[in-house]
Amino acid sequence: MSVVADVNVRTSDVLTVRGLTVTVRDKTLVSDVDLSVGPGERVGLIGESGSGKSLTALSVLGLLPEDVTASGSVRLTGVDHELIGADERRMSRVRGRRLAMVFQEPMTALNPTMRIGDQIAEAMLIHGTRPGRGAARAAAVELLERVQLPPDTLRAYPHQLSGGQRQRVVLALALANDPALLICDEPTTALDVTVQALVLDLIVKGVVARAAALLFITHDLAVVATVCERVLVMYGGRVVESGPVGEVFTRPRHRYTEGLLAASDLETTQRRLTTIPGNVPPAGQFPSGCVFRTRCRHATEVCATTPPWTGSETTGFACHHPAEAVDD
Amino acid sequence: MRRLNPSLVAGGLIVGLIVVMALVSFVWTPYDATLVDPVNRLAQPSWDHWFGTDKFGRDVLSQIMVGSRTTLFVGVVAVGVAAVIGVPLGILAAMARRWPAEIIMRTNDLLLAFPALLLAIMFGAVFGASTMTAMIAIGIASVPSFARVIRSGALQVMRTEYVLAARAAGRQPFPIAIRHVLPNVTSLITVQASVSFAIAVLAEAALSFLGYGTPPPTPSWGRMLQESQEFLFSAPRLAIFPGVAIAIAVLGFNLLGDGLRDRFDPKLEDRR
Amino acid sequence: MTDTPAAIQVVDVVRTYTRPRTSLLRPAPVVRALRGVNLEVKEGERFGIVGESGCGKSTLLRIIAALDHATSGHVVVEGTDITRLPERRLRFLRENLQLVFQDPMSSLDPRMRVRDIIAEPLVVQGHPASGARVRELLEAVGLSADAGDRYPHQFSGGQRQRISIARALAPRPRILIADEPVSALDVSVRAQVLNLISDLVDELNLTLVFVSHDLSVVKHVCDRVAVMNAGQIVETGFTGDVYAAPQHPYTQRLVSAIPTLHRALAGATTTDLLAAKGEPG
Repeated sequence: MSVVADVNVRTSDVLTVRGLTVTVRDKTLVSDVDLSVGPGERVGLIGESGSGKSLTALSVLGLLPEDVTASGSVRLTGVDHELIGADERRMSRVRGRRLAMVFQEPMTALNPTMRIGDQIAEAMLIHGTRPGRGAARAAAVELLERVQLPPDTLRAYPHQLSGGQRQRVVLALALANDPALLICDEPTTALDVTVQALVLDLIVKGVVARAAALLFITHDLAVVATVCERVLVMYGGRVVESGPVGEVFTRPRHRYTEGLLAASDLETTQRRLTTIPGNVPPAGQFPSGCVFRTRCRHATEVCATTPPWTGSETTGFACHHPAEAVDD
Repeated sequence: MRRLNPSLVAGGLIVGLIVVMALVSFVWTPYDATLVDPVNRLAQPSWDHWFGTDKFGRDVLSQIMVGSRTTLFVGVVAVGVAAVIGVPLGILAAMARRWPAEIIMRTNDLLLAFPALLLAIMFGAVFGASTMTAMIAIGIASVPSFARVIRSGALQVMRTEYVLAARAAGRQPFPIAIRHVLPNVTSLITVQASVSFAIAVLAEAALSFLGYGTPPPTPSWGRMLQESQEFLFSAPRLAIFPGVAIAIAVLGFNLLGDGLRDRFDPKLEDRR
Repeated sequence: MTDTPAAIQVVDVVRTYTRPRTSLLRPAPVVRALRGVNLEVKEGERFGIVGESGCGKSTLLRIIAALDHATSGHVVVEGTDITRLPERRLRFLRENLQLVFQDPMSSLDPRMRVRDIIAEPLVVQGHPASGARVRELLEAVGLSADAGDRYPHQFSGGQRQRISIARALAPRPRILIADEPVSALDVSVRAQVLNLISDLVDELNLTLVFVSHDLSVVKHVCDRVAVMNAGQIVETGFTGDVYAAPQHPYTQRLVSAIPTLHRALAGATTTDLLAAKGEPG
């Protein structure tokens, strides 16, 4: 049995990631990531291309591509083994049960040859969370209702639904077994704005109703600010800053967070936007030391050494020349 | 570093070996491939004749070596004919308006439904059996598959924004075909050429076997097979050596085609 | 409004497509991509077109650029009705109107060197495609001169978008049409490209038509905006007004659905995104 009482995990956190490092051949794509998500907490993981945010999620799920290797520690509440390096048999008991996911492209998460109702029912029967087929079907109807899809969706095939409807089906599937943690990786990036609003609302309502924890991965600062309570900012495979949303997005300390906020501020009355110079380097080609130093206006020689983490585990930053911590 | 693709390496080695064999045969063969030696008829493989001799006492190894020239020659010309007709047709079908494109593709389907060997035999019957008629017939029979593959690639290119940008800058259709479409379907042409090459090699062997291909005395693997028929039980090696040669050549070109396809497949390609 | 001459006039444009038949008995299905679109873009104006996927904004762009034909209606560019003109009489349009596309991967021919890509419009239109002009264009978009010798795949998304812009500016157009030019870019690079477009439009006195699904981006870049939904323009107005007080119910839903940092930090939740805060009247 995979579900036993907490014996090895010290904290009460739902997810605890320690020193996660992801490498492919000689390239390091994610370095030394620490991350924890408390019960019922909604945590955002934000970053641009090459930041390693999706690889971090895939490492937690044990779904890394074959030639990519992860090291470090990933523990999930109620699971008595380490998730990193766990074999497929053990992981498949965790995934879809304790740990559920929603990805950007819903079509890949659905079986094109199976009716929606059968897929949702099967998800519950596999993990034995409903006593039989009849109970599972009844639960499926209710799950669809919760994501505001009519009962006749049960008989539909995935290709008969729109992108937004499919993503809601994927969400219903993910929530079917009341997981302790839901991981969403850019779940609304492919959707229109009005559809995004509905899907985001359903995600938040779904995790709140189950007191489940949420790890939400996106490149969109405004979406994270709307959905999450706490945020981790990733750049170049490292967590550069973390803290409560209201704190990080109003008083950023790391120079990258500061630049990102300024660059995404379209409300400004100035014709010109504030920019971060240069381009995001390709994955695995970030500089040593501070990963942001090649684009940072404040960089000095000391930035060639990796900046230490300043602050507590949940609120802090890694920068040699942080922005002033003044209240304004 | 890109990891080496086993099909590509194996296919390239086999094809390279056949090319080297054909080139060597121009300057050296153990014996004259057409030299009749009545004393040494149907000799077993020995130090003098590695693969033995046939019913006229001709050296089998020398015939295989010289025969590889026929094989390659037939392949090159047939694929050339197929590409020269098929590639422009495919691009035209992708760029033309709806009805002209329909006509090209439906004619193509008609030709595709027609057995290649039958076409070649008809050609042989009308124009006389020769290596040239066989090559041209095989080439024409390979046009439809070329046109089809190139059309699908060209359609993709036509949908890209760089073609749209070129049109917005005032580029006419013909320069777009030459500047943008053709360079971006070259990988497809290469893959299709190696696959067609394998088919052509097999077709030439079949035609020669049936007597509609390369006429005597020019050595050809297909005709060697045909001549070996009467000795199938007494001297099976006469069938085995050219048979294996054909099989290896076809395998080589197919592997090369598969390898090239994997190599060019954008889904497998990491950033170059 | 002022009496500045119109750069682009779109009058009652309808575009229908016939899909391939799916049944022998029933007629071929017809898709109505544009159902009577009217708009006018003044010379020197920055005009935005906002709409979600499938609303017909890309079809409209292609018809304005004479890359597609309207089923009915008219498009007038700088006083000339281009709707039924054959390609050989569109030369003025090909010189004066240029496009920048969304996807920095597919908008540049992977088999061409950057300098040939940028020089293409010049070569086509018979201008001398001097190396000096290409270098000047590369510099104008913030790329080094040696970038011309390289191939598109050697550049990042933002740099490729700069190359696209350089190509569009090569024939010295008066109208620049940008189709979702920053949608595929990282946030930190998006600001650079938006600034670049803004600067060039000012310097070269261009008329800008900026198409996006993102009203906040359009609001920053454009003076006026047309909101499209299901093949029709549902609302037109100054961007500030449309953003602050949307009139049409669709625009109200669209505006309220856009998550913004400002609203989120003021306590807005995902439920607030769904509540259209339409103002009466």
